Amino acid sequence: MYSQGLIGSGSENEESEAFLARFQARIDAEEKIEPNDAMPLAYRKTLIRQIGQHAHSEIVGMLPEGNWITRAPTLRRKMALLAKVQDEGGHGLYLYSAAETLGVSREEMTEELLSGRAKYSSIFNYPTPTWADIGMIGWLVDGAAIMNQVPLCRCSFGPYARAMVRVCREESFHQRQGYEIVMTLAEGTDEQKEMAQDSLNRWWWPALMMFGPHDADSSNSDQSMLWKIKRFTNDELRQKFVDATVPQAEKIGLKIPDPDLKWNPEKNDGAGGYDFGALDWDEFWRVVKGGGPMNRDRIAARKAAWENGRWVREAALAHAAKREERAATAKVAAE
Amino acid sequence: MTYAQPIKTAFVETLITLGDDHLILGHRLSEWCGHAPMLEEDLSLPNMALDLLGQANNLYSYAAELEGEGRSEDDIAFLRNARQYRNLLLVERPNGDFAHTVLRQLYFAAAMQPFWQATLNCSDERLNGFAGKAVKELATHIRHCGEWVIRLGDGTDESAQRMRKAVEELHIYTDELFQPNAAMRICVEAGLIADPAAQRDIWNTTIATIFKDAFLQVPEIAFPQQGGREGLHTEALGHLLSELQYMQRTYPGMTW
Amino acid sequence: MATHLTPLWEVFIRSRNGLNHKHVGSLHAADGDLALQSARDVYTRREEGNSIWVVRSEQILASDPDKAAETFEPAADKVYRHPSFYDIPDDVGHM
Repeated sequence: MYSQGLIGSGSENEESEAFLARFQARIDAEEKIEPNDAMPLAYRKTLIRQIGQHAHSEIVGMLPEGNWITRAPTLRRKMALLAKVQDEGGHGLYLYSAAETLGVSREEMTEELLSGRAKYSSIFNYPTPTWADIGMIGWLVDGAAIMNQVPLCRCSFGPYARAMVRVCREESFHQRQGYEIVMTLAEGTDEQKEMAQDSLNRWWWPALMMFGPHDADSSNSDQSMLWKIKRFTNDELRQKFVDATVPQAEKIGLKIPDPDLKWNPEKNDGAGGYDFGALDWDEFWRVVKGGGPMNRDRIAARKAAWENGRWVREAALAHAAKREERAATAKVAAE
Repeated sequence: MTYAQPIKTAFVETLITLGDDHLILGHRLSEWCGHAPMLEEDLSLPNMALDLLGQANNLYSYAAELEGEGRSEDDIAFLRNARQYRNLLLVERPNGDFAHTVLRQLYFAAAMQPFWQATLNCSDERLNGFAGKAVKELATHIRHCGEWVIRLGDGTDESAQRMRKAVEELHIYTDELFQPNAAMRICVEAGLIADPAAQRDIWNTTIATIFKDAFLQVPEIAFPQQGGREGLHTEALGHLLSELQYMQRTYPGMTW
Repeated sequence: MATHLTPLWEVFIRSRNGLNHKHVGSLHAADGDLALQSARDVYTRREEGNSIWVVRSEQILASDPDKAAETFEPAADKVYRHPSFYDIPDDVGHM
């Protein structure tokens, strides 16, 4: 929908005080910004980075769950999981599309991911050694993602907001699918319960880290809030997630692995909420910087898909060129 | 519907045979999810896999009901040994590269689509329902994979060479598409399913049309391979089953 | 890399007969047939439509947002184009 020719043209390059003030006024008035609109370079760059990261997270996120498609325990679980992982691919595709309206190509973004320059959600650098992890990813990881994504449906950048509306609508089954798996395990044999608890123990803290560093340590947060790319801070969303998830764990008899977890009636302006223990930020940064258990495997798998697919993509392009050539020749011959 | 012996046993076995084809091929396609040559195919391949797994689920469920011995569709899908699976050798062959995968899918869909179409005229209402769904689903598989076979066959030198190799390696398994086993033959006689052998001409035409555009030759086959319909499989199936059955075998009798 | 870009296509879906095709997003494909097939798999997995259009993104011409004011605002004061501009007594009934 977006003529690439117009991007980057016009008066936006000057970025005078007046221009920036006018732009901020549009944002404050809850106007959506569309791809060809004049926008500050930093706004564009922030969006390209954030939407790109978001897209990469969906694509890399296919791998830990994809690990269990061929081993899912029943036909029903197999179909649901395959449909879910397929959805993640779709979400990556919608998001790449949204970023492409800003004048960056999917190929460029892919190269950034494969070279390690672009980041993706650190959660996907943890392994899925048991079937319970598939339930846990759906329940906790998708649950945390939904907390993040629902506000993004109102993001100031139109294509991102529209992509997120679609993503959120489709994701509605993902968390339920995960919780149902975990619930079934929790209601099952001792071995199954143990499998579920072990998995919760491994995923709980990484899930909390998905919301990113504390507000005080988050470099991009303030400006993104001002531009209404973000609507809530990292800590606000993390608190919401804990408050929503703890009762869900209690309901099925699983124990959150946090000795400091305690109900605090004063929290959330007197509405009550949970106090919880300190996150291990050393671990967080280690995983973000490439030191997680699965970082190398994830990138290696994406690289293999990209490299092994090159001849297919090239063949399709070559065939399209041949067809155009033949059509042109046939036309000349007919004239 | 209720069926008397020996039709009943033959029909149950036939439903399971067809279910096995769909399960095993769906399983193979699902292995691609997250590893496809482009993101668009990461959605297309699972779509085809989900069509096949859905059919397997339907066929096994119906078989389990007819059989009436308390087995569930999952018991049938997950709890048999390799010699008891009746799927075609073609569908158990490893994915290979993208050329192998789209060609295998085309070979299967081009035989099964007319089979289901003809089965619409048969007498079992429930199976007709499955057939009606399958006819449409497989038409899209033929279209999608046919388009890819043409693009790869008439793309670059490398893709053409890979496509020719896929034909050379997979064509030997295509005779079996038209060879019903004893149970299936009883069902054909009883008017419950169409005759797989009768679909060969349509299949030949579909493949020839696509191969012409793809600059591919239909090879002469010296030693066609078959055996899956009798439970005699290649070594690939055992490894596939060890993944497919891992949970059910490791944790017997649990609910998931 | 730039020599190997797979073209971008915009996708339009009609959710049911009687409605317009509506822009839903984009995808990459080497040619139109593949674009249509991918559009089906990407954008209609949940029965979102019964008809698909695809068009090469580069072939879409867009109006210039910098000229949005001069392009669209002149329509704003032509109130006589709207029924509410005309005073008709209530007892005439619906018109």
